[in-house]
Amino acid sequence: MVDHQSRLAAILRDQESRILAEWTSLLAKTSRGADRAETEEQARTFARLLAQAMAQDATGEIDGPAWAKMRDMLTGLSAARARQGSTPSETATFIFSFKEPLFARLREEYRSDGEGLGRESWTATRLLDKLGLFTTEVYQRTREDMIERQRRDLLELSTPVVALWEGVLAVPLIGTLDSDRTQVVMESLLQRIVDSGASIAIIDITGVPTVDTLVAQHLLKTVAAARLMGAECIISGIRPQIAQTIVHLGVDLGSVATKATLADALILALGRIGATVTRSAPRA
Amino acid sequence: MRDGKPPAERIPILKMGEFLLVTIQVEMHDRLVMGLQDELTQQIVQHRARGVLIDISALEIVDSFIGRALGNIAKMARVLDAETVVVGMQPAVAITLVELGLNLEGVRTALNAEKGMALMRRGFDAR
Repeated sequence: MVDHQSRLAAILRDQESRILAEWTSLLAKTSRGADRAETEEQARTFARLLAQAMAQDATGEIDGPAWAKMRDMLTGLSAARARQGSTPSETATFIFSFKEPLFARLREEYRSDGEGLGRESWTATRLLDKLGLFTTEVYQRTREDMIERQRRDLLELSTPVVALWEGVLAVPLIGTLDSDRTQVVMESLLQRIVDSGASIAIIDITGVPTVDTLVAQHLLKTVAAARLMGAECIISGIRPQIAQTIVHLGVDLGSVATKATLADALILALGRIGATVTRSAPRA
Repeated sequence: MRDGKPPAERIPILKMGEFLLVTIQVEMHDRLVMGLQDELTQQIVQHRARGVLIDISALEIVDSFIGRALGNIAKMARVLDAETVVVGMQPAVAITLVELGLNLEGVRTALNAEKGMALMRRGFDAR
């Protein structure tokens, strides 16, 4: 057992340059011009680290300390490729394609020993499969991190509460409203109402692409909560399409004041708090 | 009621002109809110009050019972020809009530006691 595994390590060490040459010419066929140099560099590093790791720990357990460098390298490689937008299959195929030149060498070494060849191929296959799957896992994790980060960014970016006037707040909503976002909008709006003592809040939905029954319900909940605290809400930025949808869906906006534009809503709000806007001769 | 139990807690009701003032400073529980309902309706009749201001700024937790009781108190006051203004509701309480589906329709609200008083005065001048 130990005997034949150490031979795989020996083959990797002795034949490194030959395997690598075959592998890179193989990879060159599939990779595009620009990243060819990068792929070759990655291939060289992979072959070197594989030989080193096999020399230290030939059991093929890639969780072990001897494989730490290899894991780091694959993590970096997979994460970089995930960001560049390559598919997990492409990344895993990069590892799997190492089998072809490696098996060619094994065939040469074990020309007369069929059993040895079978055993050795199995060990090598298992090892490379593990490494390939490892890249897929890292790829997935990287993507998930990315999505999670973007989701958080979106949540924070898209819910500002701005003061338009003394006692008048505005929430310009952008993007689809789901339960999570409604919750964030509601909480930040209500908190601002308490902090600023505003009596009117304008919810502008110009940037909300579609309004369905659920979104309408979320909006109405926010309006109801603000009313309970003693602030009145005006919904503005209702596009013609949205107005049609609301009526077709049979959504009842009840007694909530609605305006087509934020400007109209502001005029209404100013009227409610007893402020007037007058026009004078424009100053240069 | 009087067999050895401590006297029941009460929420004080203050009379100010034609208004009644209720400030809830303790955690509400079911018996307390029922007591308030009793006493408030009695006092509205007794003082011929035109408005009731309930300050719940110190209230941090509500459940469906308390929420519904608040709505009921307002409705009872309405029947006795007094307007109810609930003031100073905390954001968390407002969210809870809305999630419970208790929108307190017909109850007037204001951000704080001062604005609530102004609202009641305006309301009565208009009558």
